[in-house]
Amino acid sequence: MELNQLAEWLAAVCLLVSAFFSLVGAIGLVRLPDFYMRLHAPTKASTLGVGGVLLASMILSALQGRAGMAELLITLFVFVTAPVSANLMAQAALHLGVHTRAPAPEEAVPERRTS
Amino acid sequence: MNTAILAFALDAATAATALAFVLCAWRLVRGPQSIDRVLAIDTLYLNAVALVVLLGIRLQTALLFEAALIVAMLGFASTVALARYLSRGDVIE
Repeated sequence: MELNQLAEWLAAVCLLVSAFFSLVGAIGLVRLPDFYMRLHAPTKASTLGVGGVLLASMILSALQGRAGMAELLITLFVFVTAPVSANLMAQAALHLGVHTRAPAPEEAVPERRTS
Repeated sequence: MNTAILAFALDAATAATALAFVLCAWRLVRGPQSIDRVLAIDTLYLNAVALVVLLGIRLQTALLFEAALIVAMLGFASTVALARYLSRGDVIE
């Protein structure tokens, strides 16, 4: 009984963390000014969001007495394919010549003076 | 669901994921270039996987996880195909 309550609290915490991260990813997708910055936000945050939901689902299904193999498969699949798809989208954006608003490296790094 | 905290967490997670859906759809409609729309589709299918899994938790059935797996695989394949189409001009060489 005590273990059940502990597992349910743990699953609730996982659900809330995943909700926060998927919301942060979507807000970053809308608010950031540039494609490359927009690529950064959801590819990390949504992976963690889906992972949290699947972790909560695995905890709850273990509580019911069945092993969550399908959840484990989805988690592995999402964690493997999210960087691949982000890389392919970045390659396509480079090919299309999408401009960035980030400062050029000469402006970003101040030149060091030799004294 | 037997405890209140789990029901509250399920409701909050579902609402947050639905709000993320709406924001991604806004970027999908609004996106200035085609690659922005591809990125919005990618985030949309990840959110769809999360929503299907949340429904599976809520209904306490193991039937929906295969559906979530199929959504994840088809979404990855479509993202790869669209990105390849935008960068190379054709999908399969």
